[in-house]
Amino acid sequence: MMVKLFVDEKEIEVEEGSTVMQACEKTGAEIPRFCFHERLSIAGNCRMCLVALEGSPKPIASCAMPASEGMKVVTNSDSVKAAREGVMEFLLINHPLDCPICDQGGECDLQDQALFYGRGNTRYEESKRSVDNKPFGPLIKTTMTRCIHCTRCVRFMDEVAGVHELGAIGRGEDMEIITNSPSGLGGELSGNIIDLCPVGALTSAPYAFKARPWELSKTNSIDTLDALGSSIQIGSKNGQVLRVLPRLNEDINEEWLADKSRFAIDGLLNQRLDIPYKRNSKGKLEPCSWEEAFQIMTKVMNSLNPNEMASIVGGQACLESIVALKDVMDSLNVVNIDSRPILSKLPINKKERSGWLFNPKISGIEEIDNLLIIGSQPRYEAALLDARIRKAWLENNIQIARIGGGDQSSYPINELGNDADIIDKIFKGKHNYNKILDNSYKTLFLIGESVLNRKDGAGILGRIREIAKKYNNYTDDWNGIGVLHTEANRVGALEAGFVPGKNGFDTKGIIEGMKTKQIKLVWLLGYDEEITEKQSESFVIYQGHHGDKGAEFADLILPGSAYTEKNATYINTEGRVQRTYAAVPPPGNAKEDWKIIRAFSEYIGKTLPYNNIEQLRNRFERINKTFIAENSVIKSEVCDIGDTKIRLNKSEIKPLEINYFMTCPISRSSETMAKCSIAKNKLGI
Amino acid sequence: MISKKNIIFDNIHGFNLSDIDSCTKRGDWSNTKSLINKGAEWIINEVKSSELRGRGGAGFPTGLKWSFMPKEKNKPHYIVINADESEPGTCKDREIMRNEPHKLIEGIFLAGYAMQSNHGFIYIRGEFVQEAKALEKAINEAYDKGYLGKDACKTGYSFDITLHRGAGAYICGEETALLESLEGKKGQPRLKPPFPANAGLYGCPTTVSNVETVAVVPTILRRGADWFSSIGNKNNTGTKLFCISGHVNSPCVVEEEMGITLKELLEVHAGGVNGGWDNLLAVIPGGSSTPLIPASICEDVVMDFDSLKNVGTGLGTAGVIVMDKSTDIIKAIWRLSKFYKHESCGQCTPCREGTGWVMRSMEKLIHGNANIKDIDILKNVCDQIEGHTICALGDAAAWPVQGLIKHFRHEIENRINNYKVLKVAE
Repeated sequence: MMVKLFVDEKEIEVEEGSTVMQACEKTGAEIPRFCFHERLSIAGNCRMCLVALEGSPKPIASCAMPASEGMKVVTNSDSVKAAREGVMEFLLINHPLDCPICDQGGECDLQDQALFYGRGNTRYEESKRSVDNKPFGPLIKTTMTRCIHCTRCVRFMDEVAGVHELGAIGRGEDMEIITNSPSGLGGELSGNIIDLCPVGALTSAPYAFKARPWELSKTNSIDTLDALGSSIQIGSKNGQVLRVLPRLNEDINEEWLADKSRFAIDGLLNQRLDIPYKRNSKGKLEPCSWEEAFQIMTKVMNSLNPNEMASIVGGQACLESIVALKDVMDSLNVVNIDSRPILSKLPINKKERSGWLFNPKISGIEEIDNLLIIGSQPRYEAALLDARIRKAWLENNIQIARIGGGDQSSYPINELGNDADIIDKIFKGKHNYNKILDNSYKTLFLIGESVLNRKDGAGILGRIREIAKKYNNYTDDWNGIGVLHTEANRVGALEAGFVPGKNGFDTKGIIEGMKTKQIKLVWLLGYDEEITEKQSESFVIYQGHHGDKGAEFADLILPGSAYTEKNATYINTEGRVQRTYAAVPPPGNAKEDWKIIRAFSEYIGKTLPYNNIEQLRNRFERINKTFIAENSVIKSEVCDIGDTKIRLNKSEIKPLEINYFMTCPISRSSETMAKCSIAKNKLGI
Repeated sequence: MISKKNIIFDNIHGFNLSDIDSCTKRGDWSNTKSLINKGAEWIINEVKSSELRGRGGAGFPTGLKWSFMPKEKNKPHYIVINADESEPGTCKDREIMRNEPHKLIEGIFLAGYAMQSNHGFIYIRGEFVQEAKALEKAINEAYDKGYLGKDACKTGYSFDITLHRGAGAYICGEETALLESLEGKKGQPRLKPPFPANAGLYGCPTTVSNVETVAVVPTILRRGADWFSSIGNKNNTGTKLFCISGHVNSPCVVEEEMGITLKELLEVHAGGVNGGWDNLLAVIPGGSSTPLIPASICEDVVMDFDSLKNVGTGLGTAGVIVMDKSTDIIKAIWRLSKFYKHESCGQCTPCREGTGWVMRSMEKLIHGNANIKDIDILKNVCDQIEGHTICALGDAAAWPVQGLIKHFRHEIENRINNYKVLKVAE
């Protein structure tokens, strides 16, 4: 149904249920606003969006008024202008006007709108209100005197984040936004209130006084600190990444960003590997030149058989370096390569990619009516996916059940228990949950990484496939099996085929092989997990950007670049091919990862056939055509993933133990993330 | 002057007992069942044709308001009684709850039935401790007698009443803020639309009515709409409780016909203005929110909604505040500004920021420590608040000051000039 109305005498048709503000915008009439935000409930409290309505003695708040047939709205009359000026004046009388020392300066709604809609002079001669700052934790700096009480932050925390820790106390002039949480806001999304705050009341604490917005170079890129690949804008100055803001992407992050993705960037400055290192005769690491490093590598590698060499890539390595490394390994006939976590039972056959993709897509969560989480805590593993689940719960009232337990989240969860046996029962149709499956038309089976790290991982996957099939959730139209990864490019590595070749060792085999001296050389590409002690007999090459766990026991260190320093391809958990763009150069002598591998290939006499990134990406085409099209999604086929014949063992299903703030070399090196981790421990949640 | 037979609230002064037996003797709860049996439609039509207008301040036609409730019942319907009587100068509902509680309770049942509601809530002002106790007692009595409950008055209709005590915020007298508060949230007005008749308490169709409005309904239904509408003037019918306070010899709450002149009201019931009629300075006719009128207008003004509107003020709650010539009129209005500044909920900008500004400007004017142009600025600030807010508190804060400037500008200017002279002398 459409309704017809008039805005400034222009006729306009809008959908029934639209607001007057939307109708005005459709005609091009600009409506100033502070409290209104498209993704939050309507508060109507700033009164900046007042417009005149014929027949109404008072001006109306256009953000809240539904458009109806025949309305005659005026947005450009003197009375509307006066109303805006009046509201603007009221907002400014108690605002400190300390723009020169305010971090919001240059991107402040109040500043901008005061310029366009304000009077330009003040008539208020009394003292201004001053408000105490509030403890919003290590991420958010508060200057509450600047607050204009739009309550966007309160509504965001209540509605989107589902963390009920913000509110307003006091009345009238004395109203203040406060938190009931003594050591800062909880949840993983609180940083978004900085973006939402239209003034400088809430600003980024780590970014305080670092730069002005107009000084920053802005690079559109994607985030790699979780497996979603949220769209971000990197702000950098003088070769340093100073801040990260979310970019609109309805498919992934809408317009939000998780705290880790936003604030871990100070980790990009600490613990960086900026020059190659070799281990000297005393067992100490000492700097060396690239040439020397490559010569050492060549010498060691030439002395070994292919089956004595191995390579593991970590979850944050980019597709370019993975493909290049695989090409080198293939040319050397090395089959001991893997990209999966140590115990992972992720399928490796590309036909079975249904078993490693988040097939329903992130936005698909909004289509479902039932969700079964198995061994995952989306809250920590992919905070924005968790926000989608909350959104689906709020809007579509979806049912959410979980096997494997975990922390509470922002929606009610029907905990089915922790026994793997439950899956068997549902598989055999003998569980109460079967009734719920029966009554649902679209179910999403969210499978956590922890499930596939179990010995019987394939058994569980197979059973879930059968359950999904039985209830029509595993068809060509709707593939309801979603594997949620925690690493940015795990899917990319699997798609590039960085998995054991014929009779090759997997990650576990390689690490054990290092102990048993079967493996004498291992090349770690950004792999920082699970190896806990130096395996003295084997030669370890570590290629990466941080002096983290992997570099500690390396014999040779090749300094690579982080996601903000290279143009690289990542494939997120749903199979979406996305690219990062270099915002700053890598530090010191560090290089882009694929170039390191390409340079080395010459030394060993197996020169890779590409000299620039375009040629490398042309090489992608032979692996998968989808790789070269940015933002396209890899399609999966419905096939028999997993194996129902594998018996389930008795052990309980448990989600990954994750300290949300410290999951990768970057976040582990971040001071801000360390502070958050401490604050969270204090809160005890 | 009202004739004795037209008085609805016989016991408004509490000379008799207020227990259920005494109330029944005075006519409450008599043949309630037969009124119910005439049907919901009949009740609403009767109230409509009585031309009863809401007694809470805005004066909206009650029958019309009740007819806004949806005819089909998909969700529970609620009737909520606004007993958060906090308007300075107003104390009529308090007397009803103390001395005539059963008129209110019976009224709630009848109104509730008319709107297909099975549950009524009374939101009573937190400071009204004795009144809450009296009402609680009366509700219990009504339950004991079977007038409320599963089979209320043996009509087969189930009706319950819940008494809820507020926490003492003026804004909770605003109907949607009241609903928020009743739901257990911070008392802040809601945006309208949707109006409570569509989405009110817990999102269900709700009507919020003032105590006095509902309390007169049983009598209207018993004596007929024609009787009620024959009292007073057209569109301003019936009797009304007036609360007379301030500089009069005997302040009181009194029931009078609508359309009585202010002078008669004060002379007959309140023992006249202190020091005689000529000592009158100004009157606030309808509770603190309405603009004051100077003595010259008071001379022949008639106390009803439309007449007072014509002289630039309003009947409001009929809380008549009388000020004689000993009053510092600027300070008096400043006190009201201070009240509104204190009671603004803080939700929307013009009221939150504006009420403080107005109060501070008024504070300066008390001593005259200002410039003549500040009066215009003050007037303009009030205009910027008025009509730009979510609820009517902004208007209520602006009107008294606008009234002051309209009628007593000379007084303010004198004070500013005198202050300047004094400063020079010093």
